[in-house]
Amino acid sequence: MVFKSVNEYPEAPITLGTTLSNFTGDWRTFMPVVDESKCVRCYICWKFCPEPAIYIKEDGYVAVDYDYCKGCGICANECPTKAISMVREEK
Amino acid sequence: MPKKVVSGNYAAAYAAKHARVEVVAAYPITPQTSIIEKIAEFIANGEVENLQYVPVESEHSAMAACIGASATGARAFTATSAQGLALMHEMLHWAAGARLPIVMVDVNRAMAPPWSVWDDQTDSLAQRDTGWMQFYAENNQEVYDGVLMAFKIAEHEKVNLPVMIVESAFILSHTYDVVDMPEQEEIDEFLPPRKPLYTLTDFENPFSVGALGTPADYYEFRYKIAGAMEEAKKVIKEVGREFGERFGRDYSQMIELYRTDDAEIVFMGMGSLMGTVKEAVDMLRSEGYKVGAAKVRWFRPFPKEELYELAKNVEGIAVLDRNFSFGQEGILFNEAKGVLYNTDARPIMKNYIVGLGGRDLTVNDVKAIAKNMKEIIEKDELDREVEWYHLKR
Repeated sequence: MVFKSVNEYPEAPITLGTTLSNFTGDWRTFMPVVDESKCVRCYICWKFCPEPAIYIKEDGYVAVDYDYCKGCGICANECPTKAISMVREEK
Repeated sequence: MPKKVVSGNYAAAYAAKHARVEVVAAYPITPQTSIIEKIAEFIANGEVENLQYVPVESEHSAMAACIGASATGARAFTATSAQGLALMHEMLHWAAGARLPIVMVDVNRAMAPPWSVWDDQTDSLAQRDTGWMQFYAENNQEVYDGVLMAFKIAEHEKVNLPVMIVESAFILSHTYDVVDMPEQEEIDEFLPPRKPLYTLTDFENPFSVGALGTPADYYEFRYKIAGAMEEAKKVIKEVGREFGERFGRDYSQMIELYRTDDAEIVFMGMGSLMGTVKEAVDMLRSEGYKVGAAKVRWFRPFPKEELYELAKNVEGIAVLDRNFSFGQEGILFNEAKGVLYNTDARPIMKNYIVGLGGRDLTVNDVKAIAKNMKEIIEKDELDREVEWYHLKR
């Protein structure tokens, strides 16, 4: 939730709702982008993602949940085929 | 109105009972222990209903348990002294930051080393920037009244900040005096049940308290606390006036003035030593000295408007600090000078460091200080800004 004025804030530092409504994806500077032509479906990225924000689609390839991915880049670093690249995000 | 002869600590315990506190989490430390022992006794004797006592393994945990209890909407209370208060330090920021109206009695005790159990204000004043309000009691009655008012002020919808009621080691904590205690029904009218800002037991609308505040949000929450402290000044005066109307003891002034109307020299200080100062003021007046006393009841929020009104009409202020900030000066002196800098009030101000670690400040000491101040004013020149008054030279 983004507040524009001090008057919009709650009086105490409470988090309204849970992480179901409070996304952490906006912390990200670089976003991981998966190139399926290089992906060998080894799922190492899926194992290493600390969030976890990588999920396996029905076709067996991996995808990133950008609502929660904080852009740490561990997936791109671990990928043995360099199928994941970190791309600077324009906001 | 029923009267009891009680120690300062028992006055605090009775006030907590009469305020109908719901959770007490505490750890023993001299000279505070008899407060929480008395509360445990109330429970053992079946004198209180709906009071949960949480024995914990440290003061840090005591405050943590009070924070948890207060976040569910309960009225929470604890007490500590010196090293125990220092161990709570991290949690004190937490209580204020989460906007929880916890009330704690701190029995002023000197910080070690060397080990001491005697009176000294440096323990509580070292917690100055935690976001807690601080009230310094002069006598046992003020300990009792202070705790009752503290809950009403802390829980006020415009405040929601914790309060520390501060009393002197042994001089008040273990010394017996007559204390007026209103009937329970009268207190219940003055202090209705708490209406919390939030309750963690709202299971239909789950939320978390004190989660991450990024640089985009942290700043605004600090501003809210600063604003609540400013509001607290008005609330303190309102509640102090209401207390006076109901129970006959008025606390609408954050600085209590004693014979200051035509005073040239005013003694300023906090806590039990101001009782001695008032006695000395009476004696000095009978000897022809135009002196008065200004007892700073509330150190946070600091009553700077009241101090200015006083300072613009006097020639000299002797600030008596039973505390010291190493590398600078007495803490109240430092605050008071700072308040007056951007004003046109320019009395001569001198800092007397007195009573550290329970060293007695007597009526004769105060009279000697008055004579020193009179000389300074006549010469219009400070001999020294900070004087270690009792020092064996």
